[in-house]
Amino acid sequence: MDLLDTFFNVPVLVRTYPMLLWGLWVTIKIGVVSIVLGLVAGLALALVRLYAPAVLRALARVYINVMRSIPLLVLLIVIYYALPFLGIRLSPFMSSVAALSLVSAAYTAEIFRAGIEAIPKGQFEASGALGLSPRHTMVDVILPQAIRIVIPPLTNNCINVLKDTALASVVAMPDLLKQATQAQAVAANPSPLIGAAIIYIALLWPMVSMVSRLERRFGRASR
Amino acid sequence: MDRGFIHIRGLSKKYGAYTALQGIDLDIAEGEVVCVIGPSGSGKSTLIRCINLLEEFEPGSTLVVDGTPVARGAALQKVRAEVGMVFQSFNLFPHLTVLRNVMLAPMRVRGLPPGQAERRARDLLARVGIAEQAEKYPGQLSGGQQQRVAIARALAMEPRVMLFDEPTSALDPEMVGEVLDVMRALAGSGVTMVVVTHEMGFARQVADRVIFMDGGRIVEIGTPAQIFDTPREARTRNFLGAVLNH
Repeated sequence: MDLLDTFFNVPVLVRTYPMLLWGLWVTIKIGVVSIVLGLVAGLALALVRLYAPAVLRALARVYINVMRSIPLLVLLIVIYYALPFLGIRLSPFMSSVAALSLVSAAYTAEIFRAGIEAIPKGQFEASGALGLSPRHTMVDVILPQAIRIVIPPLTNNCINVLKDTALASVVAMPDLLKQATQAQAVAANPSPLIGAAIIYIALLWPMVSMVSRLERRFGRASR
Repeated sequence: MDRGFIHIRGLSKKYGAYTALQGIDLDIAEGEVVCVIGPSGSGKSTLIRCINLLEEFEPGSTLVVDGTPVARGAALQKVRAEVGMVFQSFNLFPHLTVLRNVMLAPMRVRGLPPGQAERRARDLLARVGIAEQAEKYPGQLSGGQQQRVAIARALAMEPRVMLFDEPTSALDPEMVGEVLDVMRALAGSGVTMVVVTHEMGFARQVADRVIFMDGGRIVEIGTPAQIFDTPREARTRNFLGAVLNH
């Protein structure tokens, strides 16, 4: 009974769940904005990385490698605590979104690049031979096929971004984890943390199982 | 003929140290059907892939289609819109239906409204004998049917020139005939055709001229009768002896 009272204290959970739900809403806001920005920037970055003049291609590669190497927490702290010394002062929300989407863009770019490179050369040649412009070749022929390939890894990346939103608690963003730790302090009981864990799982389980389903389906189709 | 519809002078192409084409001179008249034969590695596919710049060629080469020099830049899309191509491996767009495959380029490149593009596509699919497959996806068709769709897709741009790069080489033997039939009908329609092929019967029957290539050069050009019955060059005789006698 002691264990239940400590980690799954129902009265504490009932008392604190509005805080947790508010935290969930903040987490979703940060996550969705970062995912969307990361997708748009990532696709642009992938196209630069593949087709831009050599200098821009090299810059894109450097950006991607730096962003994939730097720990997200370090980047977030740099943005929130160091940039003000350069006169750039971002809110906790903006800092979190900036850090998450900068990194997500790098991973997304590599996913899109792999997807585009997986399309057979003949598809580019057939499009070119028909007189399609590079833009129409991408929009009408290559990307619709690449999207199917990249949906499972992109969904994986979305899951990572949503999980990494928990780091926003470090810059005083009242996200799900921050709310849970505060509720824990108020209630002097760790049950809200367990509540937060359950909410994270409930939020991400459907996406995780969707990835497995998609991977199975695409795996079968390509065989 | 001094300056053909397709005008080629000194066309060379290198892959690193390897020379794929060395100084090709060739003129092809409008409406002419030319078949290019030769052993693999002779440069025949490279030659026709230069005509719409799927292969970049060496500086100093001259390649002009209907008065427009073939080069990177604004004019390239114009040349490519006039020059249709059919590939050995079909290269249909697998995510689009057969109908959409044929409609895409006329809508995007020529700016045809969808209704008009669809009418043109259905006409062409009927012409190549697969009108009833219009709503299917390429993966649901046989190789021969896919290649006929690819021909219809190229024709939808109303090209002045059609390039065929070994169009029957990837097909099961029983499907070769249906594709050659479509090409034979096309040859009678006045479109200029350059066909890289191993189908000697087709070349003999349909071509106005046959080109025999070897080692990146044109060894011999002539009428089908001249090339197949009285080849001048030993290399041509050896090649024909090898492909015809088995």
